[in-house]
Amino acid sequence: MSEPIALKLTAKDFKSDQEVRWCPGCGDYAILAAVQQFMPELNIPRERIVFVSGIGCSSRFPYYMNTYGMHSIHGRAPAIATGLSATRPDLSVWVVTGDGDALSIGGNHLIHALRRNVNLKILLFNNRIYGLTKGQYSPTSELGKITKSTPVGSADAPFNPLSLALGAEATFVARTIDSDRKHLQSVLRAAAEHQGSAFVEIYQNCNIFNDGAFDPLKEPATRDDFLIRLEHGQPITFGRDGQFCVVHPPGGFGLEVRETAATSPEEIVVHDATVTDPAYAFALSRLPGLDLRNTPIGVFRSVGRPSYDSVVQEQLATARATVSETPEQQLAGLLNSGDTWTIL
Amino acid sequence: MTKQIRQLDRVVIRFAGDSGDGMQLTGDRFTSETAQLGNDISTLPNFPAEIRAPAGTLPGVSSFQVHFADYDILTPGDAPNVLVAMNPAALKANLADLPRGADIIVNTDEFTKRNLAKVGYQVSPLDDDTLAGYAVHPVALTTMTIGALADQDVSKKDAERAKNMFALGLLSWMYSRPYESTLRFLERKFAARPELVAANVAAFRAGWNFGETTEDFAVRYEVKPAKMPPGTYRNITGNAALSLGLVAAGVRSGLPVFLGAYPITPASDILHELSKHKRFGVLTMQAEDEIAAVGAALGASYGGSLGVTTTSGPGVALKSETISLAVALELPLVIVDVQRAGPSTGMPTKTEQADLNLALYGRHGEAPVAVIAPKSPADCFYAALEAARIALTYRTPVILLSDNYVANGSEPWLLPDVESLPDLRVEFATAPNGEDGTTFLPYLRDPETLARPWAIPGTPGLEHRIGGLEKADKTGDISYDPANHDFMVRTRSARIETIPVPDVEVEDPDGDARVLVLGWGSTYGPIGAACRGLRQRGLSIAQAHLRHLAPMPANLGAVLRAYDRVVIPEMNLGQLAHVIRAKYLVDAIGYNQVRGLPFTAAELETMLEEVLKNV
Repeated sequence: MSEPIALKLTAKDFKSDQEVRWCPGCGDYAILAAVQQFMPELNIPRERIVFVSGIGCSSRFPYYMNTYGMHSIHGRAPAIATGLSATRPDLSVWVVTGDGDALSIGGNHLIHALRRNVNLKILLFNNRIYGLTKGQYSPTSELGKITKSTPVGSADAPFNPLSLALGAEATFVARTIDSDRKHLQSVLRAAAEHQGSAFVEIYQNCNIFNDGAFDPLKEPATRDDFLIRLEHGQPITFGRDGQFCVVHPPGGFGLEVRETAATSPEEIVVHDATVTDPAYAFALSRLPGLDLRNTPIGVFRSVGRPSYDSVVQEQLATARATVSETPEQQLAGLLNSGDTWTIL
Repeated sequence: MTKQIRQLDRVVIRFAGDSGDGMQLTGDRFTSETAQLGNDISTLPNFPAEIRAPAGTLPGVSSFQVHFADYDILTPGDAPNVLVAMNPAALKANLADLPRGADIIVNTDEFTKRNLAKVGYQVSPLDDDTLAGYAVHPVALTTMTIGALADQDVSKKDAERAKNMFALGLLSWMYSRPYESTLRFLERKFAARPELVAANVAAFRAGWNFGETTEDFAVRYEVKPAKMPPGTYRNITGNAALSLGLVAAGVRSGLPVFLGAYPITPASDILHELSKHKRFGVLTMQAEDEIAAVGAALGASYGGSLGVTTTSGPGVALKSETISLAVALELPLVIVDVQRAGPSTGMPTKTEQADLNLALYGRHGEAPVAVIAPKSPADCFYAALEAARIALTYRTPVILLSDNYVANGSEPWLLPDVESLPDLRVEFATAPNGEDGTTFLPYLRDPETLARPWAIPGTPGLEHRIGGLEKADKTGDISYDPANHDFMVRTRSARIETIPVPDVEVEDPDGDARVLVLGWGSTYGPIGAACRGLRQRGLSIAQAHLRHLAPMPANLGAVLRAYDRVVIPEMNLGQLAHVIRAKYLVDAIGYNQVRGLPFTAAELETMLEEVLKNV
């Protein structure tokens, strides 16, 4: 097999001529730059890449990418992208969405895209607030959140996006952070390589309406003790001195954080993203506390399952394999099928 | 015994029974036999929304009416000449529709005290004077079927279930129907269980032979073939014809067809049918909801497929926002609304044409789309092709307004020559269209069609972004410029209004009519039959029927103004009449009914006669 031709694209090739109009300081800038810098790695011609978004600040993303793109309507990007991806398996289709877009108004489409395992790369920018509509609480805002629409605190419990995706049996689930370009790109790389739905939650700072929401994961003083950097095949230890670890307590359903010093090495869970049962990744997704301690980032789950696109295209190919007539002949045959009679 | 044979020019038979009695299948088979004989046919199924309502009750009654004649007919007939009543409920539910003198064949086995009580008969109507004036034929259908199958290797339950074939055999004998196609059908249907083939065939033959031997049926009838244009025919329902029209649109455009659909009565059969045609490259997706169904269809259109979504009124309401997006994106999209009685869940298995306003106006902002409606079951094939033609040529959503009456009704269809079908080939954009030779302008329009280029992903050099935000003319960039918005809104309106559609034709054989009846969609048959009735009585009346509801034919205003009175019968409260009055300032009279049933020709004839008297 010959080596693929190197396209030699650069980040600049992926910048559109549109002026970027997010608020100064928005985390979206960092994500956009990281994605544009990562894209050449795919070695896919720009015309075969499509970004589809819904509505919200993050959903302006396609306008800034010099690829094909559609800025659609609130919550519907996964549905639109499903129709595109199923009919055009030659394309690399990316969905950019936010916590309101994906988890509130578009929740149904998201879980069904994941259930079907449509070949989509879904980037969910989670800033835990509604930005475009100016500061209402979102389905990932913490309980009791005080916002314009909840002056005495929100009364509804938030979704954990990764738990939700895993409940829908997504085949690829990961989390990363807007400010950590290297990690973000490593997650994009893994997502791009995955056949089927890849769900990536990106913690993103809204500096206007929810500033500092993820600061404990970014500040040098806390981040190393708070973040669990998942690496496939490695024991899960974390903390600036590796002082914490994750174990599976006997008799329990989930995972727990312990002090490494007080734990025998064989008790420490070795991260395996390929575990078929989503319960393991689900347990990982439940580790973080309200204060963001014990927040895993990286690839939680990456398992193989035929994508929706490949299954339906296979069905079409099988049906067409035996066709030898022209489409017109086929059509004439179809019209004349069943009980017919002739009048002379 | 040689029986007397009497010639008839037309007959209306209604098969009625419990929803588990197989009446739809029985009617379907009788229709197929009748088609083989060469009569003209029109059918009307009528069934409850409940899959199996409690047995023997009025809500559980399912019926199938077939009208066949030795001339061309337009409707399934107003009143049955023959009712086959498989139980007391079927008799009670249908008796009011029967003119005196009609034949009633009843399954006496089901006229038990318990079944009679279920529908409120204190005394069996077979024993009192309820049925005086009718020609009643009491037949122990169940007993005779079980008896005929005594030596067959089937359970008593399966034997009893074959009683619909006994009834079909009897009716096939009565009306001298060729039955070979039914025997072939039974072999196909029960291919996996040969004992059921044998049992059903035996039941059919027993029914036939019963007619031949019993003295209760002294006369056998014949209805000669109708004089129909030469060619090959098949009997087809509207939903089947519409499905084939979409397959044909794929073939004639050279594009893959993508159907996104969510199950909903009475549109689901289109999803079922299209899912069988993968060898044409037709991809069907049963979506998670109505919104996803249209979204996926739009995504497929964006990628270069013919995107289609099929639904009924409640589904169109949910799809509204996505249809508006398609208006803004200016991409082809076909939305099929098989209308049913609303609002809300309404009467899902009953017909209505009350979604016209929804189709014309049911979107936010100024979001015009093209709207067309088929006039008969077979016409659904051509309406689907026309919807696809407009969608592809003008890059617009098109709403196709079918309804339950045409969707489930059937008629003979003269099969077209494939080469005669419209050429729907489209050209995708392949090169930059800007003056500098390198820029691509996604909203630079074709001056004639006002359509923008269809540049599908995968085309090098034409990478561009589109979306729901208002776009600058030509470049498609986001624009909040007031003058640009005004221009774009007017342009989107103009591109629908200027779609050339055929002139509306007026049928006025006498040439001196002063009253015009204007209809749209499925009322074509009853209106046409009513007009024929009036003309046969020497009265002049003109008929025009709208296929294109948006845009309307250019000659419509002149046509309307040429008559002293315009009458618009509709199965709604006057939605077309409202448009006509507003648009053409014509004082149209509405005639409106929302009973979940099609108009009868007789009631329209009576109404029109009144109008004629007062002109």
